Amino acid sequence: MPFKKIISNFKKRFKTLLNYMGGAIILLLETIFWSFIPPFRRRQLFDQMYKIGVNSLPIVFLIAFFTGMVLALQSAYQMQRINAQMYIASLVALSMTRELGPVLTALVVAGRVGAAITAEVGTMKVTEQIDALETLATNPVKYLVVPRFLALIFMLPLLTVYADFVGMLGGYIVGVFKLHIGSNMYMNMTTSPLDLKDLYTGLLKSVIFAVIIAIISCYEGFRTSGGAEGVGRSTTLSVVTSFVLIIAADCLFTALFYFIGR
Amino acid sequence: MIDAINLHKSFSGNKVLKGLNLTIETGVTEVVIGRSGCGKSVLLKNIIGILKPESGQVVIDGQDVTKLSGKDLKALRMQFGMLFQGSALFDSLTVTENVGFNLIEHTDMDKQTILKRVKEALSLVGLYGIEDLMPSELSGGMKKRVGLARAICMHPKIVLYDEPTTGLDPIMADAVNDLIMTLHKKLGVTSIIVTHDMVSAYKIASKIAMLYDGKIIAEGSPDEIKNTTDPVVKQFITGAAKGPITQKENFNRNILTEGA
Ligand SMILES: Nc1ncnc2c1ncn2[C@@H]1O[C@H](COP(=O)(O)OP(=O)(O)OP(=O)(O)O)[C@@H](O)[C@H]1O
Ligand SMILES: [Mg+2]
Repeated sequence: MPFKKIISNFKKRFKTLLNYMGGAIILLLETIFWSFIPPFRRRQLFDQMYKIGVNSLPIVFLIAFFTGMVLALQSAYQMQRINAQMYIASLVALSMTRELGPVLTALVVAGRVGAAITAEVGTMKVTEQIDALETLATNPVKYLVVPRFLALIFMLPLLTVYADFVGMLGGYIVGVFKLHIGSNMYMNMTTSPLDLKDLYTGLLKSVIFAVIIAIISCYEGFRTSGGAEGVGRSTTLSVVTSFVLIIAADCLFTALFYFIGR
Repeated sequence: MIDAINLHKSFSGNKVLKGLNLTIETGVTEVVIGRSGCGKSVLLKNIIGILKPESGQVVIDGQDVTKLSGKDLKALRMQFGMLFQGSALFDSLTVTENVGFNLIEHTDMDKQTILKRVKEALSLVGLYGIEDLMPSELSGGMKKRVGLARAICMHPKIVLYDEPTTGLDPIMADAVNDLIMTLHKKLGVTSIIVTHDMVSAYKIASKIAMLYDGKIIAEGSPDEIKNTTDPVVKQFITGAAKGPITQKENFNRNILTEGA
């Protein structure tokens, strides 16, 4: 009876999914709880902020810069036909702040930082360091997750603003030096359509993405079992899950803002 | 007093502890022996509460560890020291930060005092001048001793040692035996020691318990264990390849002899 088999298989998978979501949500709640319980580990927080934020600057620069350039070039292809090149600047500015800045930065950080967090926490799990933390009367969520969670929540929006600007810079370079739009004109067309709302919807998204990256990467780390291979497996899973959730959350929030905005 | 009552623990169908009972009086040095993979490490983790049994209790001075949480659990853990089989040093922290972890995290001692306490703990295990090294820069035996120093740095009342002498040279192993005995005599520490090293077991134990098939099958003073008539215990302590333990596991020894 293949049909029954499919159903039972589906049930099993659904149960696993629910389990996973439940576990991740519990971890999120625990993390929020422990974020407010002293002592606050300022040194660890700054360490993480440095690792997550400052060390991501070069790669975020590259990605955002090239994306800005590509955006300008691609839209030039369209705009030139209707003789509306000057709108390229507005298009780049809006796409970067509302959409590509937050999402690209989150994806880059999920790949760079999320993977590192899972690998680190996962290694600690399989070498019993997490157990050791507990025997030393230290809560692993408070000690490991909270600093990473807070650092991501502070740094991802900052990186996003940085990416927005770098992207516009990329667009500017293409617009001014390749498409010969006047520099002043380009700047005007960049700033005039931009609303504060565009910036903060982007930032709000990036906070959500930060939560996703922090919780998924730590959760995958804690779930790790089975030595080096297990660490590899959970690192891959962590990045894939974060990617999917980031895009899904982006879709959800873009739709939400669209309807609220009207 | 530590009282493990009818502990059952399994991992996805693999039954490891099957109704284990063990009572350890305060101030006693209890050595737990048993074959590799029989669940000795699992037993220690159940006692300190990082693994929860499916059923049964671990009662320490009237408190059921399996039901504790929050502040009570933290208070209990502060009385414990544990040496892990694989040392489990934090590899992102220096030796000082590892050994002094509890002091740094849970007391407001100043740096100088902590460093003094760390050096003192390290000197007890025969290590000098390695305070600023990272765990990855240490040898296996050194890691074990740093783990031991971390376990005793807080002056705990109960110390759990998972194979404290494995991987140490014989001289260092004996020094660790002496250390365990000193802690026992001078500070009245309650110790549970898991070991395969029968020489050290006879030397340090007040009592020896043998874990076999998920239960404690024999317990007694070193002399009682030495002169046991139980065939299973006898095979284990004499280290004979032939006997009731291996018979049950039907080892395939023929591979070696058939070819000849
Ligand atoms: N976290 C775990 N997940 C699944 N199985 C486990 C886990 N920990 C232990 N086991 C299983 O429990 C059994 C007992 O393991 P344990 O580590 O307690 O053995 P041991 O007596 O300490 O052996 P050794 O002397 O080799 O250290 C083994 O069969 C092991 O496979
Ligand atoms: Mg073991």
